[in-house]
Amino acid sequence: MANIEIQPGTHALVLTDIEKKFKKKRGEYAYALKGVSLTVHRGEVVGILGPNGSGKSTLVRVISTLTLPDGGDVNVFGIDAVAHPRVVQRYLNRVSVEASFFKKLSSLENLLFGAKLYGVSDAESRPRIAHILESIGFDTKRIGEPMEHLSRGMQQKIALARALLTSPMLMLLDEPTTGLDPRSKKDVQKLINQIRQGHDSSILLCTHDMGEAEELCDRIGILLNGELIAIGTAAELKRKYGTENLEDVFMAATGTSLDEAEFDPEERQEDSTEEASSMKVEVGVG
Amino acid sequence: MEITHDHLNKPGWKRELIAIWGYAQRNYFLTKRYFLWELVWLVYTIMNALTIGFIGVGFGGDDAARATTFLLIGSMLWSYLSMIFDLLSETVSWERWEGTIEYTFMAPSSRATQLIGMGLYAVLYGLVRLAIMLGVISLFFELSLGEANYLAAVGILAICSLSLVGFGMVAAVMPLLSPEKGQQVTSIFTAVLLLVSGIYYSVDVLPGWLQPMSTVSPVYYALNGIRAALLEGASFGSQWHNIWPLLIMGALFPPIGLWLFGKGEIYAKRTGLLKRAG
Repeated sequence: MANIEIQPGTHALVLTDIEKKFKKKRGEYAYALKGVSLTVHRGEVVGILGPNGSGKSTLVRVISTLTLPDGGDVNVFGIDAVAHPRVVQRYLNRVSVEASFFKKLSSLENLLFGAKLYGVSDAESRPRIAHILESIGFDTKRIGEPMEHLSRGMQQKIALARALLTSPMLMLLDEPTTGLDPRSKKDVQKLINQIRQGHDSSILLCTHDMGEAEELCDRIGILLNGELIAIGTAAELKRKYGTENLEDVFMAATGTSLDEAEFDPEERQEDSTEEASSMKVEVGVG
Repeated sequence: MEITHDHLNKPGWKRELIAIWGYAQRNYFLTKRYFLWELVWLVYTIMNALTIGFIGVGFGGDDAARATTFLLIGSMLWSYLSMIFDLLSETVSWERWEGTIEYTFMAPSSRATQLIGMGLYAVLYGLVRLAIMLGVISLFFELSLGEANYLAAVGILAICSLSLVGFGMVAAVMPLLSPEKGQQVTSIFTAVLLLVSGIYYSVDVLPGWLQPMSTVSPVYYALNGIRAALLEGASFGSQWHNIWPLLIMGALFPPIGLWLFGKGEIYAKRTGLLKRAG
């Protein structure tokens, strides 16, 4: 691996004109991301608000080096993530809507494995696991139980613990509370707040929960049809669109409510067939 | 919540070694959790080998012990080598099925590390299964192993394991390229290996046009060498004609497999295939 290290004074994440399209059928492409530019400063929590199929997951995949952009630059702490993915991977981790574990393995076994992929040995990770699980209020007596026996909320806490074990300097949270019961949702949000306060991580939080975005994020961007149509603090956005709350901001910025955008049947259909999901189809490109 | 970044300062080789151990240990954990399935599979494989052994007893004529031993060597070796191949070739499918593929592929350990970890576990687990099979089978048959040169057989097996790990790496790219059909394609690889390698017969009995295919199968050379060592007591040195093709394949297949896997990964990242739900 090239000897490339993060540079002092660089931002946690700088996205410049990110483009990504996916082939749907012969000659037809669906745009997942169109010219997305975004900066996350060190220690900042930036929320990306958007309905299902708006491109949030594609954005997270591009930053986490799982999807190659068709155009634009992805810089993580000043390092080009497309040219040096393995260097960048050392500094970031992710929690997605699906906890994604080996279901038959216990939380301890999953955590030990996840840590080793980042070069953290058992001797280092065992005390860290105990400390992290204690601080997130996970009943450590259940650490040997298969993941499939744990509730979604508990699985999501383990997912956050897995990410924390590798000490990421940039955390990508892709709808970490979607589908959780209200209590688990509160627990996970509290945990994200703890991470924010006690850990020198920068966070990109994708969500379609307005309250969550407002409570947890320093700045909020609105992503629709692969385009980042607005970004600012909650107060700035409200001021800009002359509204009292984020629901109205979303409505003013997009011309639709988040709920309506969620249940657009055309988007749903595309969402189930292709990663790109919602976007306009352009014929004859490429 | 205080977090340290100590591991980021470790040398790269140390992080990769820890990750290799991680893959091997994870597979051990999975084997433990799926123990009953593993047991069922092992019993099935042993029954299959016994059945083939009894064919040797029934049709072996005057030299039934030799015929039985010939068949059982094929059966056991195939069980071992095909398991290595299957474990390697299922690297991607397994992760996709469990839903962990994105986490594994965004981790900073290299793809070589992943495949070496998988290969290491496959070889160790395969050897344990082989020892159990050998123990059970020896209770049922009188084997013709009076002149066996075990050391030579083990040496050839070791070299062949490396070729099969490389061969498995080549096949592992298929599920990366096609989430739906890739794994089925690897089954075709296995079936062709079974046909042309002379597991249960000499490749001389194959149609002439098919025989050249055996020369690119590492299993063919391994079987020839191991059968010669166990049935005739041939020394390791006298098996050079079987060893050099294995050495060449052992040197070529792993880097070719890794290269192809790397290309497949880039393709999957470009087309959005590197995700949980295929």
